[in-house]
Amino acid sequence: MKLTGAEIVCESLLKEGVEVVFGLPGGAVLPLYGALSRYPQLRHILVRHEQAAAMAADGYARSTGKVGVCVATSGPGATNLVTGIATAQMDSIPIVAITGQVPRPAIGRDAFQECDVTGITLPITKHNYLVMDVADLAATIKEAFHIARTGRPGPVLVDIPKDVLQGERAEFVWPEAVNLPWYNPPTDAAPDQVAKAAKLINQAERPVVLAGHGVLISHAYEELRQLAEKAQIPVITTLLGISSFPTDHYLNVGMPGMHGMAYASLAIDRADVVIALGMRFDDRVTGRLRDFAPNAKVVHVDIDPSELGKNVKPHAPVLGDVKCVLRQLLPLVHRKVRVEWLRSVDTLRSEHPSLNIRETEALLPQFVLRQLSQITEGKAIIVTGVGQHQMWAAQHYGFKDPNTLITSGGLGAMGFEVPAALGAQVGCPDRTVWSIAGDGGFQMTMCDLATAVENNIPVKFAIINNGTLGMVRQWQDIFYNKDYCATVYSANPDFVKLADAFGIPGIRVTDKSQVASAIQQAMATPGPVVVDFVVKQDENVYPMIPAGESVREMMEEPSPAELRHER
Amino acid sequence: MGSNGNQHTITALVQDKPGVLARVASLFRRRGFNIVSLAVGNSERAGLSRMTFVVNGDQGTVDQVTSQMGKLIDVVGISDLSDQETVARELALIKVESSASNRNEIVQLVHLFRASIVDVGSQSLVIEVTGEEDKINALANLLKPFGIKEMMRTGRVAMVRGQAEGRVSDGVGAGRRPEASIQGRVDYEGV
Repeated sequence: MKLTGAEIVCESLLKEGVEVVFGLPGGAVLPLYGALSRYPQLRHILVRHEQAAAMAADGYARSTGKVGVCVATSGPGATNLVTGIATAQMDSIPIVAITGQVPRPAIGRDAFQECDVTGITLPITKHNYLVMDVADLAATIKEAFHIARTGRPGPVLVDIPKDVLQGERAEFVWPEAVNLPWYNPPTDAAPDQVAKAAKLINQAERPVVLAGHGVLISHAYEELRQLAEKAQIPVITTLLGISSFPTDHYLNVGMPGMHGMAYASLAIDRADVVIALGMRFDDRVTGRLRDFAPNAKVVHVDIDPSELGKNVKPHAPVLGDVKCVLRQLLPLVHRKVRVEWLRSVDTLRSEHPSLNIRETEALLPQFVLRQLSQITEGKAIIVTGVGQHQMWAAQHYGFKDPNTLITSGGLGAMGFEVPAALGAQVGCPDRTVWSIAGDGGFQMTMCDLATAVENNIPVKFAIINNGTLGMVRQWQDIFYNKDYCATVYSANPDFVKLADAFGIPGIRVTDKSQVASAIQQAMATPGPVVVDFVVKQDENVYPMIPAGESVREMMEEPSPAELRHER
Repeated sequence: MGSNGNQHTITALVQDKPGVLARVASLFRRRGFNIVSLAVGNSERAGLSRMTFVVNGDQGTVDQVTSQMGKLIDVVGISDLSDQETVARELALIKVESSASNRNEIVQLVHLFRASIVDVGSQSLVIEVTGEEDKINALANLLKPFGIKEMMRTGRVAMVRGQAEGRVSDGVGAGRRPEASIQGRVDYEGV
């Protein structure tokens, strides 16, 4: 039987095992919605803004490892996806975005709600398609999912003109395999590359592992733990690598870089071999490149050949999937006892504590994150936005389980936390999901609280509310002569009343003594809850290595004397 | 030779699909790679086109160009001809001012360069010349005093000499062995 394009899309999604789609309809994509209503197996979650559809698909993909799917209409619907697609591209997240397009005869005529979305998303997708023939639709969707999830994952967009979705029909033929003979993402690395890496590791006296997102994407946490324990190598995790190694493991040295733990950055500085696993030497990690790991030989394992040598020239580049490479590497790496090196890392830790929270009456944001960590026993899925609260969450939450920090690392998209948390909760209905927002980011996407309510998605929404764009204010404080231009929010809404308007409970916390009970109350309440933590406004994130500088320019927490004027 | 100082010749086999040129051009623009010339046309294989690029940059930049391009799904294979023996050619059409009085002089130059005259007008000649860039530059310089009204160049196309096909590595990732010439650390102001 011949199917319409819209039906073929639905059948293809079922073939791909899709269970949920995040979207918002409009004219050009309406035929697809006409078909969706006849496919109850495909749960559609209606968002309030398409950016939330893309970011929810992203959060779903990060929390489940499956491909996230979002749908939007042509023109503004598609352009509203863009920030979410760019987020997924920067952080290597597999999502498939399906957009309606104006009918084929109207393309290129500046039709109503026409927009060249394949052109716009060219540099922010792993690949994209404009499907001009209904007969190509099934194979294209299969290819899109394959490309999104394999190799270094990434977003793929499929743009479908309205008259391809409806009108013409075609047989639904689901290809057995994709026809991409030259697309062969690496798995195992070349043995000589692995041997060279093993030799460097075995010769090392002061090695560190720099574990990135690739460890989580390839599910290599067990192999990483084996490597670290066998060769007694301290493990430093990048922002997106957090939770790839247990936080409380004696070899875990935390996060390095701009707002990382001082001892992690200093350990890299002292190391003689850096073993970089599935990470891309982002500037937030390295600071000034020529001063990064100045004493170290670099082993760099990555699945993307363009990352090897892009920022840091490795002495031993290893092209391959992190899990495969670690399995190759483990038998070649010698068992070691490194009393001296581990002791000196411990000394760095005690001399540069980085995570102490000072005694004060004020409600410190760090204190909130630490309490949340204790009450949830480090087992919640934490979804953050971007800025100070993100860094405090990365620093103070004790992630117990792999893959439990979901954050916009590369693009740094504020507003990510609300929709991505919805997606993560939909993907993991049995887990506790906390969205950690700043008051700035929260106001970018808070309209999608309605999506949480409508679909009974029980995310707990924490707002670390300092009434300012905190991280921007921090830069103004330190680098722009305390000129707080355009960073203070003097007329924030009452977030408790706002929660009430959405029909969900809101709790306001203004004092330290209320923090624990508010968190417990939120967790005990079924469904979504908003908790507004009104924290000290002028708290800065430390340590801090200024952009473009090195560990030698690191600023650590000011002394109590310097903070004497504290209210 | 494929390389001329900091110039590198890269050929790519790409799927003959709408938008493939935009994908490649977008990548060059986005990553800040400097294209000297670009030529595209059908290849010997149905459905595939071949592109020849000439890019400026050190070996590290060229490695980034090839590995980033190799990631494009529509790029089937890519080959850096810089260290291989190649035949490289460019074609130019040059419209030069000419009257009966100086026509013979121009014709002589054209013959010296084994070029040909493809159009004769009362006030101008159109010359077709094929060769390496240096040869075309030399002819253009000699024609300049007569007055060049218009010049059009195809950009370089290049091919490895002898039996060997260009060492075309697979598209995404596979095969490429980053080893010798990975770029160092280029610092920029903090972001």
